[in-house]
Amino acid sequence: MSAAALILALLGLAVAAYLAARARAAAFAGRTFANAADRISSIHSRPAYHGWYVALWALVPALILVLAWSVVGESIVADRTIASLPAESQPQTTLDRQAFLTEVRGVVSGQLAGAFNPAADAAVPIYRSIKTQWSLVIAGLAALLAMSGGGFAWLRVRPHFRARPRVERFIMIVLILSSLVAILTTFGIVLSLIYESVEFFRRVSPIEFLFGTNWSPQTAIRADQVGSSGAFGAVPLFWGTIFIGAIIAMIVAIPLGLMSAIYLTQYAKPKARKIMKPMLEVLAGVPTVVYGYFAALTVAPAVREFALSIGISNASSESALAAGVVMGIMIIPFVSSMADDSITAVPAAMRDGSLAMGATTSETIKRVLIPAALPGIVGGVLLAVSRAIGETMIVVMAAGLAANLTANPFQSVTTVTAQIVQLLTGDQEFDSAKTLSAFALGLVLFAVTLCLNIYALAVVKRYREAYE
Amino acid sequence: MNSPRVQTDWASPVMQARVRSRYAKERRFRFMGFAALALAGAFLLFLLGTIFANGYTGFLRTEVKLAVEYDPFTLGIDSSALAGPGGENALNTANFQGVMTAAANARAQTLGIAAKDLVSDGAWLALREAVRTDPGLIGKRVDVWVPTSGDFDLLGKGLIDRAVPEANRPVSDTEVAAFDTLKSDGAVRTTLNTTFLTMADSTSPELAGIWGAAKGSLLTLIVTLLLCFPIGVMTAIYLEEYAPKNRFTDMIEVSINNLAAVPSIIFGLLGLAVFLNFFGMPRSAPIVGGLTLALMTLPVIVIAGRIAIKSVPPSIRDAALGVGASQIQVVFHHVLPLALPGILTGTIIGMARALGETAPLLMIGMRAFVTDVPGGLTTPATVLPVQIFLWSDEVARGFVEKTSAAIIVLLVFLMLMNGLAIYLRNKFEKRW
Repeated sequence: MSAAALILALLGLAVAAYLAARARAAAFAGRTFANAADRISSIHSRPAYHGWYVALWALVPALILVLAWSVVGESIVADRTIASLPAESQPQTTLDRQAFLTEVRGVVSGQLAGAFNPAADAAVPIYRSIKTQWSLVIAGLAALLAMSGGGFAWLRVRPHFRARPRVERFIMIVLILSSLVAILTTFGIVLSLIYESVEFFRRVSPIEFLFGTNWSPQTAIRADQVGSSGAFGAVPLFWGTIFIGAIIAMIVAIPLGLMSAIYLTQYAKPKARKIMKPMLEVLAGVPTVVYGYFAALTVAPAVREFALSIGISNASSESALAAGVVMGIMIIPFVSSMADDSITAVPAAMRDGSLAMGATTSETIKRVLIPAALPGIVGGVLLAVSRAIGETMIVVMAAGLAANLTANPFQSVTTVTAQIVQLLTGDQEFDSAKTLSAFALGLVLFAVTLCLNIYALAVVKRYREAYE
Repeated sequence: MNSPRVQTDWASPVMQARVRSRYAKERRFRFMGFAALALAGAFLLFLLGTIFANGYTGFLRTEVKLAVEYDPFTLGIDSSALAGPGGENALNTANFQGVMTAAANARAQTLGIAAKDLVSDGAWLALREAVRTDPGLIGKRVDVWVPTSGDFDLLGKGLIDRAVPEANRPVSDTEVAAFDTLKSDGAVRTTLNTTFLTMADSTSPELAGIWGAAKGSLLTLIVTLLLCFPIGVMTAIYLEEYAPKNRFTDMIEVSINNLAAVPSIIFGLLGLAVFLNFFGMPRSAPIVGGLTLALMTLPVIVIAGRIAIKSVPPSIRDAALGVGASQIQVVFHHVLPLALPGILTGTIIGMARALGETAPLLMIGMRAFVTDVPGGLTTPATVLPVQIFLWSDEVARGFVEKTSAAIIVLLVFLMLMNGLAIYLRNKFEKRW
């Protein structure tokens, strides 16, 4: 019996248990008292809670068993199958074993007509019988658990049994468990990044990685290969990331975003706001792959034409400028909404005071509102930087992969994110320094964005508190 | 104390000029603000305009009329074989390629071009579909509309500049002349590209379709929704209603706020290291993509859920507690139903973001070249944004319009989702 069918059967059983226990509890209420008000108060919990109590006892232990089986079951069956084979036809290496099992499973599930390996072909009936055997055992155990759990709970259904607090305690536990997922994810990220990075730093020294200026992750497969030095100096990547994300993109995004926010909050009439705000939201909602395609297809050739026309002969078709400008435009809505929040948080009295003294609106904005909102705006800009340096698709598609250490915006530079994609999407064995370096880059990216975010959020929070 | 004050003469030319210059500055500043917004709007229009102008032809295709002889001898089957129980099998083994090649060769020879420049590699599929619907065609000679080759497709849509010298153009002068002959004969037409809307990826642009990626996206999003909606809502309930003020709660809150700001590619690394390498889940599968995106979307839903729950006024809770509801009953019977529209809006916005996400899915191998429409959660699949990325890398000229057309499809889906979110917000939003 497959896991899905088993789970469905268990669910059916749970529904039956719910209905039966609810009816039993309702009967308790009805049997002793004729008066309707007394009927309800004669049992501690409403009948539905008794139903839930029995259903949960019938369902949860058996469900845990079935889910555990569906996770580890395959490997148990595989182990048993291989152990029961004669010693000479057992696969020896891990790789052999995997190929062997893939074939056996393919035949068993009907995806393959027959196995190429005669030993695998011979193992198919054994695999099938062991699988059936174990499935039956698990199904029997699950039925036993469901019956005994449900039976135990059923016997406890009495008029004065406190079913509601127990069901509610269960709900509470589920709530707490689900909020643990966020912590688990954070730990998962940190641990997996650190684990793989430590592997990487065993092969390449952290000093070389953080301060080296030569990035060429292609490691030589043959000794005489040219141009595959396997150098892992990540400084050109860090520079490229900062150049595109924190310099070019911000040169575009800060003035445009800030001025948009000022116009929207101070000048625009409500009607105009109604059109302009959604427009910025649309700009924020466009997927980054679309921006990347646009940058590569339309902006990059235009930038190159422009560079050639002003006499820069070595302009490449993938330029830092194209990626940076498009990324800046992508960030405009973000900067604008952060600035919008900060400016609206400035007390109206300050603005009114300035206007009452005869200052024009623009003088008020420049001399009063912006200085007062500055910490909030700076925090918002830092958040925008953190988002820009973590942005992937635009740089993958438009910035190129050449690790140049250059300040020329018409040349191609590469970024941390673009390299991670490049390193992990090729055909490479997982344990090579090349693939592991992607995790080290990921760790740096994670640490930097985390610090930026924490600092920026602290700045914004302190600023908000100052005016509250 | 009473020092003599000089009265400012506001009417004097100096002061007048000063006021004028201040007002001019004011107008300039105001204009700059408007210009910034206008620039952003112009960029958006330019972006959408370019995509649409490049992409709408992707939904069309050029077809050519050929006289096809359904010769039972070449096909290797006759109509009686199709009627029997093995009819489907016979149809799949029949040599439609041969019939197609014969027809295309005959027509191409009269035009002086090669058959492969005239019709698409997959044109024979149209013949098979025709016979599937009408087995009586076998043995007859009929005119059939079949898709043209990629280059003729571009010629038909006017996407090849004929003024470019022959050497720099994908089609030769002979081919252009042949196309014009066909056109004047009325043997070329442009129709809706059903292949694009119903098939999966292919190496030839005229045979590539978006449905495989769209279904991959759908399967992935279903997994994401099933995981992150219940977990997100329960986390939001716990944090907003029950969590005691202690270190543990702080830790949960800090992790959620951080996860919301972690670059999406980091989630891809997590998926690769944990789901693929540690748990040994299948590469390129929608279930792994859905899991990864669920972790990414979770903070969005939790934050939206908390805001929605917080906006339910405390009087509702007090009233429910007052009539004897338990803490759990207060939340599940009263607060949650009132907060649900807000939570749903946040969920849809989070799902829209997950739909447009590319980078984490590249990490877990969803950039595979998949020519079948994915059938289940563990079969290799790709998703819409990754398909766009893959097509944008293709060198064949015909993929430019396909990429843009795929972007149009993606944007339409995003617009529908966001539209639904706005509708829900407007319909159910309560001001307390």
